[in-house]
Amino acid sequence: MADLRALQDGIVNSQIWKSIFRVGIPNTNRKRVLAVLGSLILHLHPVKVRRSGTRMSYTWCMGGTTFFLFLVETVTGLLLMFYYRPTIEYAFTDIMDLREQAPFGIMREMHRWGAHAMVIAVWLHMFRVFMTGSYKPPREFNWNVGVILLVLTLLLSFTGYLLPWDQLAIWAITVGSSMARATPGAGNEGPMSGLIKLGDIRLIHAGDDARFALIGGRSIGPATLLRFYVLHCVAIPLVAGFLMAIHFWRVRKDGGISGPL
Amino acid sequence: MSEEITPYQVVPKTPLAGSAAGDIREQGEITRRNFPFVLTAAWLALTAALGGLTSVLGRFMFPNVLFEPVQRFKAGFMSDYAVGEVDERWKDKFGIWLVRTEEIMYALITVCTHLGCTPNWLPTQNKFKCPCHGSGYYKSGINFEGPTPRPLERAKIFIDPSDGQIVVDKAKQFHQERGEWVDPESFIKL
Ligand code: HEM
Ligand code: FES
Repeated sequence: MADLRALQDGIVNSQIWKSIFRVGIPNTNRKRVLAVLGSLILHLHPVKVRRSGTRMSYTWCMGGTTFFLFLVETVTGLLLMFYYRPTIEYAFTDIMDLREQAPFGIMREMHRWGAHAMVIAVWLHMFRVFMTGSYKPPREFNWNVGVILLVLTLLLSFTGYLLPWDQLAIWAITVGSSMARATPGAGNEGPMSGLIKLGDIRLIHAGDDARFALIGGRSIGPATLLRFYVLHCVAIPLVAGFLMAIHFWRVRKDGGISGPL
Repeated sequence: MSEEITPYQVVPKTPLAGSAAGDIREQGEITRRNFPFVLTAAWLALTAALGGLTSVLGRFMFPNVLFEPVQRFKAGFMSDYAVGEVDERWKDKFGIWLVRTEEIMYALITVCTHLGCTPNWLPTQNKFKCPCHGSGYYKSGINFEGPTPRPLERAKIFIDPSDGQIVVDKAKQFHQERGEWVDPESFIKL
C-alpha cells in the first residue's frame, strides 16, 4: 500500500506530470476552477452550469446531440475520404466497395444515418429553443447564428446526397438545384432576371446563372460531383465549425442556458 | 497676435526660426487634420481589396470550358424520320426529341420544365410523362397534368442549305408561353 502511495507521489511530482497538469491535484474549489481555466479542452465547457440547464426535459439535449452528431460525421466522413474518389468513373463503385469490401462497412451506414439524425436533431433543437422562448433578448443574436447553422446543416445533407452518384442522387440534385433557377435577378427563370438585357439579348441564361455557378455546368455532371465533394468535405464543415464556436461562446456570454419559464 | 495654447492644440515640436508659417512636421506624418482623409483612404482601399477579392472568387466559380455535349448537331435527312412519330434517337446523346407531323418538324428539349428531370415518351398513351413528380405533356410539348407551370421548350431547327441535313441548335430555345413557337426558326415547314 505504502509502495503504491510512493509510486503515485512519484508520478504526480514528476516534471512530466507537472508540465501537463499545472495545478496539481484539484482538491480545493480554487484549484478546480484553475484546472478548468488552464486547460484548452476543459475550458470549452463552462465552469458552472445552472441546475435547470442540465434538465433533459428542458433542453432535450438537442443542441448537444446535434453537436455530437456533427463530431460523429466529421470522424466517419474523414475515414470515408480514404476510400472515396469524387469522379464519375469511381464514385458509385467506391461507395459499393465501402459497403462490401472496406473494413467496417458500417462506417458508411454510420455516416449516412448520422446525417439523417443530425438534420432531425437540429430541427428539434430549434423547436425547443422556440417553445422555451429562448430566442428572446439577450439571445436574439444566437438565434440568428442558429438559423445559419440550420441552413448549413441542410446544405451538408444536400451536397452529401449527390456523392453516391446513383440515379436517386442525380435526379434529387437535378430537382433541388433547379430551384436555384428561380433566384431573383440571378437565376435564368427568376423574377427580374428577364429585365437584365443588352438590347434584346438576355444576359442571364442557363449558361451563366446562379445554378450554373453552383453545379459548374448546365446539367448535373462531373463538375457538379467535384464541386459538391469540396463543399461537403471542406468548405461547409469549416464554416459550420466556426459558427458553432461562436454559437457556444454566445450561449455562455448570454448568461448560460436560459432558465425554465 | 498673442497665442493661447488650448489643451488640445498641437504644439510644433521644434519651432524653427524663420520657417514658413506652414507645416514644419515631417512629410507623411499623421496629424489631427489629415487623419480623416487617411482613415477614409484606408477604408476605401480595404473595401476595394475586399470587393476585388469577392469578384475574383465569384468569377472563379464560372467555368470557361464545359465538358458537356455540343449544343448544335446534324440530325440527318428529313426522309430518316417517319411522319407522326416522336423520334428518340438523339435523346441520350443530345437531349432532343425530333417530332415530325404532316406539316412541320420541331425539336423538343428533353428537360422537364418543372424541376429539370427527363420525362419519358409513352407511345401507347401518346404523351410525355415525367418520373419525378408526374408532369405530363402532349406530343406538341404542351403541358396538361402535374406540377409543371409551362410547356416543354423547343430548340432552333433548320435545314443546312449546303447538304440538306437537319441541324438542331439547343443554344436558342423557344418558349410557347412567350408566344415564340410561331418563330420560323422554331420549326421546319414541310
Ligand atoms: C449545427 C447546428 C446547431 C448546434 C450544433 C447547436 C448547438 C447548441 C447547443 C449545444 C446549445 C446549448 C443548449 C442546448 O443544448 O439546447 C445551443 C443553444 C442555443 N441554440 Fe443552438 N445549435 C445549432 C443550431 C441552432 C438553430 C437552428 C437554432 C435556432 C434557429 C439555434 C438557437 C439556439 C439558441 C437561441 C440557444 C440558446 C438557448 C438557451 O439559452 O436556452 N441553434 N445550441
Ligand atoms: S421534374 Fe418533372 S415533374 Fe418535377
